[in-house]
Amino acid sequence: MNQLTPKERMKIPRHSMIEQDPAERSRNFSEVNLGYTPELAIEEAQRCLQCPKPTCVAGCPVNIQIKDFITLIAEGDFIGAVKKIKEDNALPAICGRVCPQEEQCEEACVVGKRGEPVAIGYLERFVADYERESGKIDVPEVKVSNGKKVAIVGSGPAGLSCAKDLREKGYEVTVFEALHELGGVLVYGIPEFRLPKEIVRTEIDGLKRMGVKFETDAIIGRVFTVDELMEEEGYDAVFLGVGAGLPWFLGIEGENLNGVYSANEFLTRVNLMKAYQFPEYDSPILDCHNKNVAVFGGGNTAMDAVRTSLRLGAKNAYIVYRRSEKEMPARVEEIKHAKEEGVQFMLLTNPVRLIGDDEGWLKGMELIKMELGEPDESGRRRPIPIEGSNFTVDIDVAVIAIGNGPNPLVTQTTPEIETSRRGTIVVDPETMKTSKKGVFAGGDIVTGGATVILAMGAGRKAAAAIDHYLQNGAW
Amino acid sequence: MFKIVKAEFLAQDIKLFQIEAPRIAKKRKAGQFVIIRLDEHGERIPLTIADSDPEKGTITIVVQGVGKTTKALNLKETGDTIMDVVGPLGEPSHIEKFGTAVSIGGGVGTAIAYPTAKALKEAGNYVITINGARSKDLVILEEEMKQVSDEAYITTDDGSYGFHGFVTQKLQALIDEGKKLDFVLAIGPIPMMKAVADVTRPYGIKTVVSLNPIMVDGTGMCGGCRVIVNGQSKFACVDGPEFDAHGVDFHNLADRNKMYSVYEKEALEKFEHECKLDKKIEAIENAG
Repeated sequence: MNQLTPKERMKIPRHSMIEQDPAERSRNFSEVNLGYTPELAIEEAQRCLQCPKPTCVAGCPVNIQIKDFITLIAEGDFIGAVKKIKEDNALPAICGRVCPQEEQCEEACVVGKRGEPVAIGYLERFVADYERESGKIDVPEVKVSNGKKVAIVGSGPAGLSCAKDLREKGYEVTVFEALHELGGVLVYGIPEFRLPKEIVRTEIDGLKRMGVKFETDAIIGRVFTVDELMEEEGYDAVFLGVGAGLPWFLGIEGENLNGVYSANEFLTRVNLMKAYQFPEYDSPILDCHNKNVAVFGGGNTAMDAVRTSLRLGAKNAYIVYRRSEKEMPARVEEIKHAKEEGVQFMLLTNPVRLIGDDEGWLKGMELIKMELGEPDESGRRRPIPIEGSNFTVDIDVAVIAIGNGPNPLVTQTTPEIETSRRGTIVVDPETMKTSKKGVFAGGDIVTGGATVILAMGAGRKAAAAIDHYLQNGAW
Repeated sequence: MFKIVKAEFLAQDIKLFQIEAPRIAKKRKAGQFVIIRLDEHGERIPLTIADSDPEKGTITIVVQGVGKTTKALNLKETGDTIMDVVGPLGEPSHIEKFGTAVSIGGGVGTAIAYPTAKALKEAGNYVITINGARSKDLVILEEEMKQVSDEAYITTDDGSYGFHGFVTQKLQALIDEGKKLDFVLAIGPIPMMKAVADVTRPYGIKTVVSLNPIMVDGTGMCGGCRVIVNGQSKFACVDGPEFDAHGVDFHNLADRNKMYSVYEKEALEKFEHECKLDKKIEAIENAG
């Protein structure tokens, strides 16, 4: 690739991924993005300017050596590239799919200052997929056991990345998961059409082959408290990566009507329990064929839910969001995909109440128009209702996707662990140490609902701190 | 995988299972439940822990076959396995010395009421149990209940055994006799629990019910099991399943439990059809 001058590199346009046709994909659960071909990947890799001091790396929460792996792709060494990524990230096929690269590595890309940034996420995904499809997935080297045991609570992104780093360093690592499947939000939250579950399973298998132990159906706070893990089960340290899985409701009239779901329930039924394959699978979900479905919220979860409802057959699928599109927390790509698939956006609109029939079934929603006022503490302009602008819309199913709080099960049973007013665990941001000796925390349980990659970054940071603590014993 | 070490029918369609689950057996308290999933394609359903043996490492559940999953479970025998059993879930029953405590169980609810009745007895209460069944052949756990009761009554709807009538009629009769009741626990079908709440309300007797809404995860992450208690939304899986009977919106609970009735029927019909086919194939094989 040395033949190309920077100028020539700048002239190559960013390659978009091949996608399933919107009309077709909005009715199936197969992945929307189909990925790069090897040729496209090499060309895209050639767009990288090989900056002497790459800014993209600092934009990545787990600091993948981006320049190096892209160089390897440009040279056609795809397996070498994925190995390079795995030095810092155990789950590249997942991150390449669900990271908001436009706010992270790609935001920091120099090429992006003048045109479109290098498609770092697509490239990461390409090599991870290439490795998986080759059937020769490499297992990172593991140091000889140092005899120390670490318990990881929660098998979501934070727990998985923490487990990988500690295992590599020679710790005996056990991950406890409350659900019957591993992966946390990767399996119950993010739909198949964005992240095929087979990929999650394969990436977790890699950790199993490294010798990380997993226990499903094990709910910490009930079968063991954190104290019991340390005092009776012999764990030298504990990492809490239990996420923010407690759904918020709107607190409006009619929220308990039949047909009203939290996004967590709606998505868990579909993704984890495979309710879209009922009665092949036993868990049902309300039939959305020719029905009107409204999803309240503007984040990625809302986009996942509304796009899922289309795939369940919805005639009209609405996003009801109280601010304007500019303030939506969802990824630009998800909003674009939702629009292409036919989702109808009701912006600057808020639900006032849900309307039911005599038998307790949802029939409609009363909405109110909003306007934007001064910015609030989140920095976004505060939505204010416009009096008298109420109107009603017939709906059959409603999904509430306005966010999640931290699940209190672990902290309630371990009062020594300091929590904030919002119920999140308070940690030292440098070491991820909680107020209880030997216990670390990271991911959504610390930050509140955030991203997969930030949780993974927190897991890495905690792994380094746990190693430091267990090597020198000082708290 | 969780091994079934004992499986036996207590009455028609009502089966008792002892399941190897040492961690749960050690930790569980009266009033708590487990979520089970039979196999890869299975749904997650909540079942109350009726008893446990920490030494043997087993828990006991009692299951009435009403839909696909419970009927499929009731086909399992000793030595079979259940893919997932997670627990103990929910808040334990609040047990204290109330004085005279009445435990009321309707149908399979008797098995669910049993551990709490036992705990009430151990806490020094004078325990009266009233257990209702449609008819004599559906009466379960009579001996076990007697052992934990100072007074034990059986009622049958058709009068084929014990008191002729509903559990609420027996409860009313006790009140009319002038018994001073300090605490009532009622577990069973929604109309029964509602009727018990209506009986005790005018007397101001503290009454608790164990609610049975539809659940998915059972750990507080979805809110599918939300119920209205004293005008507030509560998650039965983490805030309950026991609540103050006089504050529960039974009407909403009954409506919500009907949410999937069409699907439940479809799943059951498909299952029974497949069972029949299996039997036919078996018959052909045996004949051959």
